[in-house]
Amino acid sequence: MSNSPVVKDNSFVEQSARQRIKRLLDKDTMRELISPFERVTSPWLAKQGIVSQFDDGVVIARGKIDGEETVVAAIEGSFQGGSLGEVSGAKIAGALELAVEENAKGNPMSAVLILETGGVRLQEANLGLAAIAEIQSAIISLRKYRPVIALVTGPVGCFGGMSISAALCSYIIMTREGRLGLNGPLVIEQEAGIVEYNASDRPFIWSLIGGKQRFESGLVDSYINDSQKSVREAVVDHLNRGVPSVHRTEKYCDLLEAFLHLDTQDQITPENAQQLLMEGGGHE
Amino acid sequence: MNNSIHSINASSTTDITCRGLTWFELLTKQLDKHSTQVPSVQVADGELAGRACRFIAVVPDLNNHFPRAKNGEVGLLEGIALAREVQAVIKADEQQSDKRALILVVDVPSQAYGRREETLGIHQALAAAVSAYANARQSGHPVIALLVGKAMSGAYLAHGYQANRIIALSDEGVMVHAMGKAAAARVTQRTEAELDQLAKEIPPMAYDLKSYASLGLIDNLLSVESACHPTENDKQLVEQALTASLLDIQPNDIGIARRLNGENREASRHVRDLLKAQWSGD
Amino acid sequence: METLHFQRRAQENHVQPTLVGCVGSGDLEVMIEPSDSEFSDIYIQTSTAGSEVRWQQIIDQITPVIPLPAMRMDIHDFAATPGVIRLRIEQALEQATSVGGDKHE
Repeated sequence: MSNSPVVKDNSFVEQSARQRIKRLLDKDTMRELISPFERVTSPWLAKQGIVSQFDDGVVIARGKIDGEETVVAAIEGSFQGGSLGEVSGAKIAGALELAVEENAKGNPMSAVLILETGGVRLQEANLGLAAIAEIQSAIISLRKYRPVIALVTGPVGCFGGMSISAALCSYIIMTREGRLGLNGPLVIEQEAGIVEYNASDRPFIWSLIGGKQRFESGLVDSYINDSQKSVREAVVDHLNRGVPSVHRTEKYCDLLEAFLHLDTQDQITPENAQQLLMEGGGHE
Repeated sequence: MNNSIHSINASSTTDITCRGLTWFELLTKQLDKHSTQVPSVQVADGELAGRACRFIAVVPDLNNHFPRAKNGEVGLLEGIALAREVQAVIKADEQQSDKRALILVVDVPSQAYGRREETLGIHQALAAAVSAYANARQSGHPVIALLVGKAMSGAYLAHGYQANRIIALSDEGVMVHAMGKAAAARVTQRTEAELDQLAKEIPPMAYDLKSYASLGLIDNLLSVESACHPTENDKQLVEQALTASLLDIQPNDIGIARRLNGENREASRHVRDLLKAQWSGD
Repeated sequence: METLHFQRRAQENHVQPTLVGCVGSGDLEVMIEPSDSEFSDIYIQTSTAGSEVRWQQIIDQITPVIPLPAMRMDIHDFAATPGVIRLRIEQALEQATSVGGDKHE
């Protein structure tokens, strides 16, 4: 589990949100904004008798990556499943909005989002959802200037509204442990039945929405090992690529005809999905 | 429309999934319908108060090619179709100073839940729609969401939540939420009655529009005679409200920061103030 | 949720702000900040009801081993076992009193 007192030195997955940022940024360049010592906690969890966390589960820091000004937001997956409430959501949205302003002033600044999240925190439901809409608007503004990179390394994965946020980013980097999908497996099982989606069958879930499958389907840009070194290298590599000429959100629209011709009588296999997603848009 | 279609959310007893189509048809009666490759995404082009507009709705389609998106859910096809219809407007108006307005009729019970959807990347399909709407707004198209029924979770993110202005009918069946009540009760390990009780003190958890409005996320709440079977008066009221919003949106009004002014969004403002104060580090 | 407050006379003075742990299932976060008083003030938020006696025992076990500094300690506990609680508190105290160590994890 992340943040446990004993962690593998070189693992990225096992680090806490704050340590992940520290390992990602150039040495001694990390400056945290709204530190936990400021005690900006959730006003809504306290009212419901739920123990809060001093950073509300999100760490924001400015720093440099390979010398380039970057703002990083990391979600702590261990706190409330990495769910976003008003404060944690506003931290991410507000940081991205300031990065947009910085670029508009002519000061290049990129962003990295380290996503471990089930999506909206249901105890703050509508304010979590509103914050996610604001995060999405800010990502779309920011990615016009400089890359916005999503990292989904697990163990929680990235679900709900924040999976849409990841999909809006310039680049997505995943590990084998990571999962990326709109609906949490348990929710799909409850809504659609166990035949449709067996949430407790881990190999099945990973075969559909795990990092390897997502990479082989072209839905993410990079598939890496769980090490701090490979995470940093992948992030540097994607920052150097700059703003993509066409964003994935636009490229994906070429798949409409392939989806309309898909046989939807039978269930889809991971292999079919890879083939369809890689070839269906006519972008080999 | 077939009245036997029920919303997938079992906690609601009213049949409200037809509202989207009802209002879309009412508002676009005289306009050019424009058929898309996806029947669940309806588009019509016309004018409102002299301004060129594109009306867009997601509606139920019992014959939907994707069986888990028959009831008005936003699925793979809907996400892409929305994106394409909006992108087309952005492209067509690229050189125009007077950008076409987008009017979104919103009645979306949920995103589609299914294996096919997840495997093919429904998150990416919804992102396509989010991206198109936000790009439209950011490039100067007035985007107005008209909430006539449910506006739930990922479906609302994809169709509505990137609007400059949000107008809602003041009616029980109009609801914005992250999760239906029954599912939310399961996930938070509470009963629905407990959720109702909590909602009285925790406005962001409430399912009623008045609490939602206190979050600053609705610009105009309209009292109509009937949200399900709108009258001529209702139509006029809504058209007046849409017109007023159109006139209110100035060319440089392309952000959504105005939403932060809500009574119950103090923490959202506080966090931004702190970030701003600490940003430069001097 | 239960909130508790314990106060002990402080034995030592110098602490630096420290944060360890996380409010994850079976875990807790412990924050330490310097204090001008002669006391160690320990404020606890815990998800476990009726746990006052247990917390008192844990603190009483720690104090003979590690002298408590003048500080404000805040604990946010999410159903951690006594073993994990002790580990986290000791980890926090060690970091708070070590010179030049990591400020917080």
